[in-house]
Parts: sequence; structure tokens; C-alpha cells
Amino acid sequence: MNTQNDQFRVENLYLSFSTRRGTVQAVEDVTFTMNRGQTMVLVGESGCGKTSLGRAILRLLPRNVQDYRGKVFLNSQDIMKLSREKFRREIRWKKIAMVPQAAMNSLNPVIKVSEQVIEPLIKRGTGRERRKAMEKAREVFQLVGVPQDFLERYPFELSGGMRQRVILAMALITNPDLVILDEPTSALDLLTQANIMNVLKRIKQERGFTFILITHDIATSSELADLAGIMYAGQLVEFSRAYNLFREPFHPYSRKLMASVPSLQEKKELEYLPGQPPSLLEPPQTCRFLDRCPDSFERCEQEPPVIEVKEGHQVKCWLYK
Amino acid sequence: MENEQLLEVKKLQTYFTLRKWGFLRVGEVKAVDGVDFDLRRGEAVSVVGESGCGKSTLAKTILALEQPTGGQVYFNGKAIDITDKEHLEWYRSQVGYVQQDPYGALPPFMTVRRILEEPMVINGIKDHKERERRIYQVLEDLKMTPVKEFINKFPHMLSGGQQQRGVIARSKILEPSLLVADEPVSMLDPSVRVEILELLRKLQLDYNLGVIYITHDLSTVRYFSERIFVMYGGKLIEKGEVEDILANPSHPYTRALLEAISDPDPENVNTFKKVPPGEPPSLASPPPGCRFHPRCPDFIEGKCEKEVPPEYELGGEHKVSCWLYEKEG
Repeated sequence: MNTQNDQFRVENLYLSFSTRRGTVQAVEDVTFTMNRGQTMVLVGESGCGKTSLGRAILRLLPRNVQDYRGKVFLNSQDIMKLSREKFRREIRWKKIAMVPQAAMNSLNPVIKVSEQVIEPLIKRGTGRERRKAMEKAREVFQLVGVPQDFLERYPFELSGGMRQRVILAMALITNPDLVILDEPTSALDLLTQANIMNVLKRIKQERGFTFILITHDIATSSELADLAGIMYAGQLVEFSRAYNLFREPFHPYSRKLMASVPSLQEKKELEYLPGQPPSLLEPPQTCRFLDRCPDSFERCEQEPPVIEVKEGHQVKCWLYK
Repeated sequence: MENEQLLEVKKLQTYFTLRKWGFLRVGEVKAVDGVDFDLRRGEAVSVVGESGCGKSTLAKTILALEQPTGGQVYFNGKAIDITDKEHLEWYRSQVGYVQQDPYGALPPFMTVRRILEEPMVINGIKDHKERERRIYQVLEDLKMTPVKEFINKFPHMLSGGQQQRGVIARSKILEPSLLVADEPVSMLDPSVRVEILELLRKLQLDYNLGVIYITHDLSTVRYFSERIFVMYGGKLIEKGEVEDILANPSHPYTRALLEAISDPDPENVNTFKKVPPGEPPSLASPPPGCRFHPRCPDFIEGKCEKEVPPEYELGGEHKVSCWLYEKEG
């Protein structure tokens, strides 16, 4: 069994932004636990707050944050209690790294990729420290499957898939405890996408990295998932082992979402969700899914609690009370 | 004189000239290089391929937005002449274009009504009542109901899915017999995609429209088209009925594509995918012979890198351009 020490745990995390039109509740009361070496996928429609959740964990927040609270435990330390400076020095990129969305296009075009990859490791940039960092860069390049001589190239000399791997190398170079991947394959071609998924799967198996994979592509996410969370309108509506969630989703939203995924192997009727998710601007105090839910009843007028239907399987829905 | 074939594409080539200092010709990008196919009236076909394989250029050439370098497109048996203005105007009213990015395709300063009215004004439908009737009809077809609520909205007031329905409505308003949809759902959320594709399918069946659906997403094509054309390096390398291709992919590239697609199955965690090495070819200097040979797992030495494979028939509509089928063909 894993001890507390090996866990990454988020407890009652809230994040909201103040805008001219009111408060936007991007992340609301999110709680989950994962063990070292596991991968959790976070699935949801665009605008459901999944990227905000990723950024909240890493405290990469814009200025208009109104409310940001909760607990985030990494190696049994509550990193939310750390001061800003301490968080920046000790946690960000050293313990928790991130591959942001569409990052492959954000490499600096006039700097060699090696310089960009070793940046998190060097403080002064000269002498021994630099040589050691280069050594490490060579190692991670091998890990993500980029040829060594690409270190001396510029980003425009690399293809999209190779650039994505370089970005991944940048996140892995500090050997972090947790890597957050925000849509790592969505801008890539099909074969390249399969290739990157293979790389992620291999380094997960060989090195035991812990990943949080944020995506809207359910079919591809199944390649990597040990745990799965479904987000809807800022809330984590279902969280469990991926196997259970893919085979037998409980929440009506998860069920609809799974039924809308086209499959090559089997011929099934596709379903889709009518309507739109609610605005996160002053969201209703009912169940957020109420308007679109096929199984709603009177009780859904109140906010549903999180219910544990099986061991480690949480659902936020009145149906299972 | 009705024709069985709505669209015939014969040996179509679209090259772009690469220039240096604005005038020196230094080469050509062969974006579409020898494409042949027929489209029957009321039939939907999918063109599947990775980015940079020339599928969007193929769409634009069919729409007469690009001048073909060689070959010919026949619509209703008539050759499309891009230089004849009147003929081109008629052709454009017969073919609808569904763009990829709905937000970029709709003018932000026009209401839905004006967006839909404009093509009719240009094409000389002067009767105001007729215009109004068509707008209501097309919005109802696209389930943008109640129409009164949508008709005066601006594009930014619509969600992504509604915007895309607006784009489809605009392409449909002149009552064309062919729709060319260039990645119509790739910018949309997965939960909305199915809905939009089903609407397109319904339009196709209700109005007997021909649809060319350009996509990189093989997993949706089974639901929305009769035939698949697989494109690689500017050529169609495999054509056939959807079920034939999915059950019996014959070209090594098609097999690799199908292999690369994930099904939503938690068992996937334990298996690795077979992906051919390398990158798609540059269309400015494609490899000689079969374009796929540098990446092909079934490469035949002395053959594949020398000659371009001809098309072999595998029975029915199923055709493949690959030397592996030389004897059988």
C-alpha cells in the first residue's frame, strides 16, 4: 500500500475570478487523491474549468483572482500554505511542472532548443552548472525520443511532433513529482498524436512519473489513464479509477459524454447532449447539469453532495443517494 | 438532362510555384497531384488525410477557388471553366462551402439575417418574401429554433455549435446540389460534433445533396459518409466503401491510420501502438515512386522507390494504389 507520503491530494479547491460582469466560478470544491506513478485524466467540455484547475495547482493565476483557497498536499506537505516566493523557488517546475496548451508554438524561435530546455536547471548559466544541465538535457532528450543532435537546432527546424517532445523534455528535466499536461496532443496529426502517446506511456512505465492529463479527447485519454475525473461547469462531477469510469459511468453527464464518443471497432448509435453548459458567471445553486439532465427530479433543485458509490468512486449526483 | 454523376474529377493537379526574390521559379509544391474520383448525386464521401497532404487544396480546387494546373472538374457533366465569369457565378451558386472555423467565417458586424440574405441578393433573388421564407426554412432545418430568436443575433452571441450551424445555413441557402465541408467540426467541442455531423447527414438525405467531407478524424466518417478516400502526399491512395475500408484496409498507410486511432477502452493503457517512423513527405520534393515508401513497413525494394504504383481494383468500389496488389489486380 502507498503511504500518505506518496500521495498527491487536492482538497476542496476553489478558484474564482472577478470580472466586470460578476464573479466567475472556474473551479468549485474539487477534491481528489492520486498515488505516485498514476496518471489521472481530466475530461470535460471547453470552458468547464479543467485548465483553470491545472493552473490553480501550479498557482499560475491571472491578476483578477477573487477567491483561491483549499488544500493541495504534495508529499504530505500543504503547498497552499507556502509563501509566493517559497512556492516559486521550491515547488513550481521543481516539484510540479506543466506542459501548457499549444506550447510547441511558444518556443523562442531565435534560441537553440538546448538553451531553452536547460533553463529551469541553471541559475547563473556558466561553468560547471551549465555542463551538468546539458548532460541532463541529453538524458531527457533520449527519454522523450529526440535525437541528440537536435539539441543544437532552432525550433523552426523541428516538426510539430518533435517540438512537442522538446516541450515535454523541458517539463521533465527537473525530475518533478507531478507533471500537468494540458492538451498535449490536440494540435497534432493523428500519427504524431499516437507517437506522443506512446512516448508518454513509455516514460510513465519506465520512470514512474505522475501525470495529470487535461483533455477533451476521451478516446485518446484512455491510452494513459489510471484515474479519470469528469468536470462539468467548474465541478468535478465524477472521479474514479479509469477502468470503472470508461466501462460504467454513473453520472448522467458522464454517461452522455461516453456515448458521444465515436468508435471504430463497434457500430453504436451516437448520442449527443442538447443545450449548453451553464455560464460560470454566478452559476445556479442547483445541480449544474439540471437543465440538460435526462434523469432529473425535484431534489436536483438543490446542490447534490459528493457520494461514494463504490470504493474510490465519487459521484456528485442525487440519483445515488 | 440529369446526370447520374454529380461531380467528376479527372487527373486533377494543383501546383503552387515556389519563387525566389519574387520572380525566379525554384520549384513547385504539388499539393494535389493526379486525383481522380466521381461523386454520385446525393452521396457523401470523406477525404481523410493528415495536415499537409493536400486535402484542403483539393477542396478549394473543386470549389474553383484555386486554378488547377492540370486535369478537369466536371459538374453535372459540364467542365468547370474558371475564366468564364458567368459560368463561374452559376457554379458557385450550385456549390456550398462550409468553412473550418465558424467564428472566422462569419462577419462579426452582420446579423444572422443579413448573413443569410446576402448570397440571395447577390444571386438576384429579388422577392423579399421568398428570401424570408428561405431563411426561415434553412434555420428550421438546422434546428436553430425558435427562428425569431436567432435571426437578429450577431455571431458573437452564438455558441460555437450555433455559429457552425449558421455557416452551414449560409452554404445551404442558395439550394446547392453539392456541399464541400472542410473540417466542419474540428474546432468544436466533442459533445457538439456529433450533433453538427448528424445535421449535415440529415440535410444530405433530405435534399439529396452531394457532400464532400474533408477531415482528419477517421473515427467519425463511418457515421456520416458512404465512401472514404484516403489521401497521402497529394494523391488518393485508397478509395472504397466505408465498411470495406474499415474492415479491410489495404494500403499500409490506411492500416497505420486505423491502428493509430484510439477507441475509448481502458485496456489501452497496456498496449503500445505501431506507428510508422518518419514524417509525411514535403510536397515540394516528394520522394520518387510511391510517396509512402520511406515509411512503409511492407516496402518492396527495387519497385516502390522507382515507380508510382497504379490503381488496382480489389472488387466493388475498393481501389488501392500500392504495388503489394500487383498480382491480384
